[in-house]
Amino acid sequence: MSRNPLVREVPPTTWFFRHPRYLRYMSREITCIFIAAYCVMLVVGLQRLAAGPAAWDGFLLALRSADSIVFHLLALAAALYHAATWFNATQKAMPIQIGEDFVPGSVISGAHYVAWAVLSIAVLYFAGAF
Amino acid sequence: MTPLKERLVQLEVLRYNPDTDTEAHFQRYEVVCQEEWVVLDALNKVKADIDPTLNFRWSCHMAVCGSCGMMINGEPKLSCHAFLRSYEGVIRVEPLAHFPIERDLVTAPDDFMEKLKRVKPYIIPKEKKPISEGEYKQTPAQLMKFRQYSMCINCMLCYAACPEYGLTPDFIGPAALTLAHRYNLDSRDGGRLARQEVVATHEGVWDCTFVGACSEVCPAHVDPASALQQMKITSSIDWIVEHLIPGGKS
Repeated sequence: MSRNPLVREVPPTTWFFRHPRYLRYMSREITCIFIAAYCVMLVVGLQRLAAGPAAWDGFLLALRSADSIVFHLLALAAALYHAATWFNATQKAMPIQIGEDFVPGSVISGAHYVAWAVLSIAVLYFAGAF
Repeated sequence: MTPLKERLVQLEVLRYNPDTDTEAHFQRYEVVCQEEWVVLDALNKVKADIDPTLNFRWSCHMAVCGSCGMMINGEPKLSCHAFLRSYEGVIRVEPLAHFPIERDLVTAPDDFMEKLKRVKPYIIPKEKKPISEGEYKQTPAQLMKFRQYSMCINCMLCYAACPEYGLTPDFIGPAALTLAHRYNLDSRDGGRLARQEVVATHEGVWDCTFVGACSEVCPAHVDPASALQQMKITSSIDWIVEHLIPGGKS
């Protein structure tokens, strides 16, 4: 009896519709588009700042537009989702063993959320928010 | 004793005969089962009473041997661990995704076996010592460091769940890389750098994009995704030491 195995190709552009877990993965990956776009916007802002007061004022005006506010809300949502998935992953990537036992994953992820909150408050403080 | 409850189960099974077929096709079976049975029992009933030509692998019937992995309603499962009571309507049974079909529900594991060998899944002692010096001792804490990763039963469900493996067949994949991690973490082992030649490559951990499906489907709770992320960190540290620290060697 000869072998004649049947190879099944994975559809390269539609595979993630096969299961909800793949859609969740893709939604996490897609957040990078917003993160990257926001980085580009910051670089443009720096360039406008270097170009002089008039250019900077124009940039600030553009930030107040409806399109810009919608973009910021989308980018914020994407960044929050991205950060949450990242913090939840830390417990897998950085296990801490004490003696024979491991520190619960929720403690490791929780510590990241606490550090995030502390740093966010520090940034808001130095930015003069309160 | 209460009599077991019977149920008419409809199975839709993917069939492929390598001698006559160019494509696989679904075949519907209706078989009377006990409500308490698992999908593997239903397949055995089909083979015994309806169609002796149906092929599938199984051995232990207790989620230990890892032989009976199949796609059940699109999810990689051990068919001996997939209870009929968990399913309603027609149950669709297919061979494990991402592996070539040998015949019916039997897949060809050759690629996995070859990759398993490449990661050197055995202890490479730090220092060889004569038997007269006794055994290599290990504390319970040292054992716990890798124990979870030693529970793999080589069922290949993680490969069937991993889209990266499906799209990039060169990827060494979750189970083999996890086993490399298991030996890297073993206090008796000194073979990490030798394994890095396979692990710290594009085909190794860097093809993993952390979908996490491997850990979700693992019947032995090995959590391969965690092993791979930990290996990415150690591989990154190796790179930093080698390239950014003067005089550093990984």
